[in-house]
Amino acid sequence: MKILVCISNVPDTTTKIKFAEGNTSVDTTGIQWVINPWDELSLTRALELKDDTTSGIKSVTVIHVGPAASEPTIRKALAIGADDAIRVNAVSSDAWFVAAQIAEVIKKEQFDVIMCGIESSDYNGSIVGGMISEFLGIPSVSAVSGIKFENGQPIIIREIDGGKEVVSVPVPFVAIVQKGIAKEPRIAAMRGIMMARSKPVKLVEPVQVDPLTQIVEFEKPTPRAACKFIDADSPALLLDLLQNEAKVI
Amino acid sequence: MSVLVYTENWDGKFKKLSFELVSYATGVAKMLNTTVTAVSIGKVDENELIRLGNYGANKIININSDKLAVLDSQAYSSVISEIARKENASVIIISNNNTGKAIAPRLSVRLKAGVGSGVSRLPLNLNPFTVYKRTYSGNAFAHLVIKSDIKILTLAQNSFDLIETPVNATIENMNPSIDGSLLKTVIKDIQKQSGMILLTDADIVVSGGRGMKSADNWGPLVELAKLLGAATACSRPVSDEGWRPHDEHTGQTGKIIAPNLYIAVGISGATQHLAGISSSKYIVAINSDKNAPIFEAAQYGIIGDAMKVLPKLIEAVKEIRK
Repeated sequence: MKILVCISNVPDTTTKIKFAEGNTSVDTTGIQWVINPWDELSLTRALELKDDTTSGIKSVTVIHVGPAASEPTIRKALAIGADDAIRVNAVSSDAWFVAAQIAEVIKKEQFDVIMCGIESSDYNGSIVGGMISEFLGIPSVSAVSGIKFENGQPIIIREIDGGKEVVSVPVPFVAIVQKGIAKEPRIAAMRGIMMARSKPVKLVEPVQVDPLTQIVEFEKPTPRAACKFIDADSPALLLDLLQNEAKVI
Repeated sequence: MSVLVYTENWDGKFKKLSFELVSYATGVAKMLNTTVTAVSIGKVDENELIRLGNYGANKIININSDKLAVLDSQAYSSVISEIARKENASVIIISNNNTGKAIAPRLSVRLKAGVGSGVSRLPLNLNPFTVYKRTYSGNAFAHLVIKSDIKILTLAQNSFDLIETPVNATIENMNPSIDGSLLKTVIKDIQKQSGMILLTDADIVVSGGRGMKSADNWGPLVELAKLLGAATACSRPVSDEGWRPHDEHTGQTGKIIAPNLYIAVGISGATQHLAGISSSKYIVAINSDKNAPIFEAAQYGIIGDAMKVLPKLIEAVKEIRK
């Protein structure tokens, strides 16, 4: 079986976000780009499954929709251990556009398991994975925190309110992955970095798709009032403020 | 035209979240000068269904089918999209919780409807249809224009106040035809914790960080949470160390919560942690380092060692609860 891991290229999660062009875009000066954290965990689990000879997983491919400038992120995924990569050569305009491009590639190249992070840390959309599955008419399981294979069938743990469900769906399917899927992201070793240079990155031209949404303006969150400090020896004062000023207890 | 809202139930009961969704849908319907239709899937009795009318649902479509006992995103989105067409819905509202995240994108493709996910305010504008949504894990908010005829909005939990606007709701029982080939999800096991306040539902959350120093020190924090009727949470280093379970991790890659009150004990307030809690209405920080970034996010702060402050705070809570 073949796994496809969808990866998004996002600013490092500690980045202080600044805007440009009259708050219509994000200022990318000095931003360090990384693999979206949930995608990185998906990739890690995919590689663990490939390492496990009983899983039936034979290869792990990564796909990214983005311009040539995002190649370093793709190379990083290859250095971590993906076998090969596909880059759809387009600037992503919205989730609909990205999902349609990825679905188009999957229609041509068969994959059994498609893994997507539950959200990207930039647009916080949580929609691309589900859209891909519906474009393809295949099952999707969301909020996946565990996945393994037994006799070619997936055993999936999905998070529900106040608990977990263990479910199965037939292949092919889309797993929309959250925290818990892998303990820690795998880190590229020097050998992996060297090998990544010669691994194939297939370039695919985009199909014509009109986006359905567009960000027209960014704004900063409303700043909070300055912190009121209460003496450590008078916690009753804090409770008084919470009761009578904030009215939350 | 109508506004359609999917109201999830839990063992036949609605939660605050369901009423937030209807309140929001009613707000959108007022802007569009139209009515609200709620969709409920599962076994919910009439007395419970009619409560949706208190928040402005004019019509409640009730679907009670064994085939939909298990959340199957394909089957659910197929049923809801049929209703959306029938009701001529121009806006569809779903929660941004795990269920909503499973359904909304599939519904989007079925209806060719753009999605505004994690909205926390009523639409900013109708023409063009513009929503206010969280981006960069709460470090920025975006004005997102949705260009499609039908719009899908997923509402961030605890971001919209309940507004009572009672109407006489009509209940319509529906037995939709469900394409059996779509029912692919098979449940093998369910592991539910009972009797606990769910982190994502809680009005108050007490959360501990590295300042708690070890797994053995959690007693007072749990006691404080119990006294306040709060859920417990923790920062990432704590769950990574195994001091607390992973499902308590709040932060960018963990749970994203928006309680009325978040009490951060011994948490320094790294960007990734703040990303998960910054939508809380009030934040209290207890930390021994007066320069800790958590104090920039908090409205109330106590500078002091968690182990020394917690017992005093517990005593003070007991005093006011007398």
